[in-house]
Amino acid sequence: MNEAILVDRAHASQPIRTRLALTIAGFGTLALLTCVLAPLVGSTQISLARVFDRSIPFEQNVDAQIFFVARLPRVLAGALAGAALAAAGVVFQAMLRNPLATPFTLGVSAGASLGAMLAIIFGVSVSLGPFTSVPLASFIGASLATALVYWLATSPGRAMSTSVLLLAGVTLNSFFSALIMFVQYIADFAQVYRAARWLMGDLDVGGFEPIAAAVPLTAVAFGLFALLPSSLNLLSLGADAAAVRGVDVVRSQRLAFFSASLATSAAVSLAGPIGFIGIVVPHLVRLMVGVDHRIVLPASTLFGAAFLVACDLLARTLLAPVEIPVGVVTAMIGGPFFLWLLVRKG
Amino acid sequence: MAARTKRLIVLAAVLVACGAGSTLQQSAAQQPASQSPRRIVSLVPALTEMLFAIGAGPQVVGVSSYDEFPADVKKLPKVGALLDPDTERILALRPDFVILYGSQSELQAQFARAGIRTFVYRHGGITTVLETIRDLGAATGHQAEAAARVRDVQGRLDAVRARVKGRPRPRVLLVFERQPKTLREVYVSGGRGFLHEMLEIAGGQNVFADVDRESVQPSSETLISRAPDVILEVRAAGLLEEREVAQEQGVWSSLSSIPAVRNKRVHFMVGDYLVVPGPRLAQATEAFAAAIHQGARK
Repeated sequence: MNEAILVDRAHASQPIRTRLALTIAGFGTLALLTCVLAPLVGSTQISLARVFDRSIPFEQNVDAQIFFVARLPRVLAGALAGAALAAAGVVFQAMLRNPLATPFTLGVSAGASLGAMLAIIFGVSVSLGPFTSVPLASFIGASLATALVYWLATSPGRAMSTSVLLLAGVTLNSFFSALIMFVQYIADFAQVYRAARWLMGDLDVGGFEPIAAAVPLTAVAFGLFALLPSSLNLLSLGADAAAVRGVDVVRSQRLAFFSASLATSAAVSLAGPIGFIGIVVPHLVRLMVGVDHRIVLPASTLFGAAFLVACDLLARTLLAPVEIPVGVVTAMIGGPFFLWLLVRKG
Repeated sequence: MAARTKRLIVLAAVLVACGAGSTLQQSAAQQPASQSPRRIVSLVPALTEMLFAIGAGPQVVGVSSYDEFPADVKKLPKVGALLDPDTERILALRPDFVILYGSQSELQAQFARAGIRTFVYRHGGITTVLETIRDLGAATGHQAEAAARVRDVQGRLDAVRARVKGRPRPRVLLVFERQPKTLREVYVSGGRGFLHEMLEIAGGQNVFADVDRESVQPSSETLISRAPDVILEVRAAGLLEEREVAQEQGVWSSLSSIPAVRNKRVHFMVGDYLVVPGPRLAQATEAFAAAIHQGARK
């Protein structure tokens, strides 16, 4: 990280391509190192030699199963969810011109949570391809919430306004939370406990299928993110200023809203609503590399991946064999950071 | 709400123990028991079951929303449960004896003001279950039946102990809840509570005996490294169809290094008697023993 700061400061006057290459190299190395090292550590001691020993049949190779079935999917899920949430945070903050916006501000996660709650409490066991019932229901919930917020912010027939979007999102968030409370109240205890546990986030996905379900969605979202950085730079100056400089404001905002919502939905359906990644990571990254979204967006993506994988490493090892929900770890780190940010801004 | 099953117990295992657990048993025996109660309301299904088992069934006039056993309770008025007790309905039934959870202390105070005797449920292991049966017997005027019932349970448990004595004790994982069709959010019995004790009596070694909690949510890594020889999945209800059971058993195949999975020793057991800390726990222990020692030489 320090290296990245130095690199950035030393080359601030360099052309954007060079800065981008250096940022990606710096943060990419960090993310890669985290993802390579994290599967080597866990509650159980395993031997790498045994993990890759082909002479032992896989069914009998405990070390290989721990590595490939338990840890690797978990690290990949953490990297994917962390990257998606951090990037979505950057996009929402720029689009809403609000430094305290998170991927969950506009009701996406509340919609996802309501979907997951309903699946858990009504014992739904429908699956679709690699999606099992709870991730599927939460993705549907998130999509419906996204559509609803967008419809509210654009109807009747007016152009999308970020202030209406924000109000509609925040209101919908509260409304969904009320529905969640109601659904939990009528459910029985075991289900309520499971539902509450889901809200704390969990990366122990138990295989590659759940990741396979989330990858295409995240890929589409990141494809759309790639179109955004320049217009985000101008949008964060304000809609009028952006329009004067030739940005199609409505189109860019719509693109930002849908791509960030898609990334959030994919991450939440994979791992539950893990909080604080979407706010802590973008702000930390801005402190390190400045405010240019062409740099902040890729850097946050990579840093988000590393950050969540590291938090999950703490979650699964600190109290082993008992685990700390990963959302609790990110909140423990993120909560104080968020407050510090708030006080500092004030 | 067809799926709203009576997994309530697991509740007991998971929730109540955490907070309310051990502190409060002001059993009715400690209060002036002038005469046997005539109108009993029970908010705790396991204790409703005990009442019926000791012959106090005819005195019961109201039960919790989760009560389903024995069949007689289905006709009785439902008055809410742990989180949503309907005080008005309870008072309207004019009870002279109310059975509550330990955490319902405000409700207890309310009934005390109304001059109604209360009996507070304490969650714990098998000993607590048997003590509770005895205390209920004393409080409701069915001492002899309660004592007989306790002897019966103890006798059956001793018989199980005798049957499994000298046999190898396989390492067992007892799962009582998880997300359908995946190995996510797996909840298993730790080394405390009636499920753990039943498992040990049934001749199994709980692989999470070292974790001093009733419920543990292990990661896939921990499941693999604990390497159980037998996996018992118990469900109160809901998993009734053969096809679904086969599907749920198949979910384990992704962790093929676990001996239980390799040797096809993942057993599904369905029935609320398996998870209710009540008089049927002897029956459940017998079922555990049968599953754990299935195919073992006599």
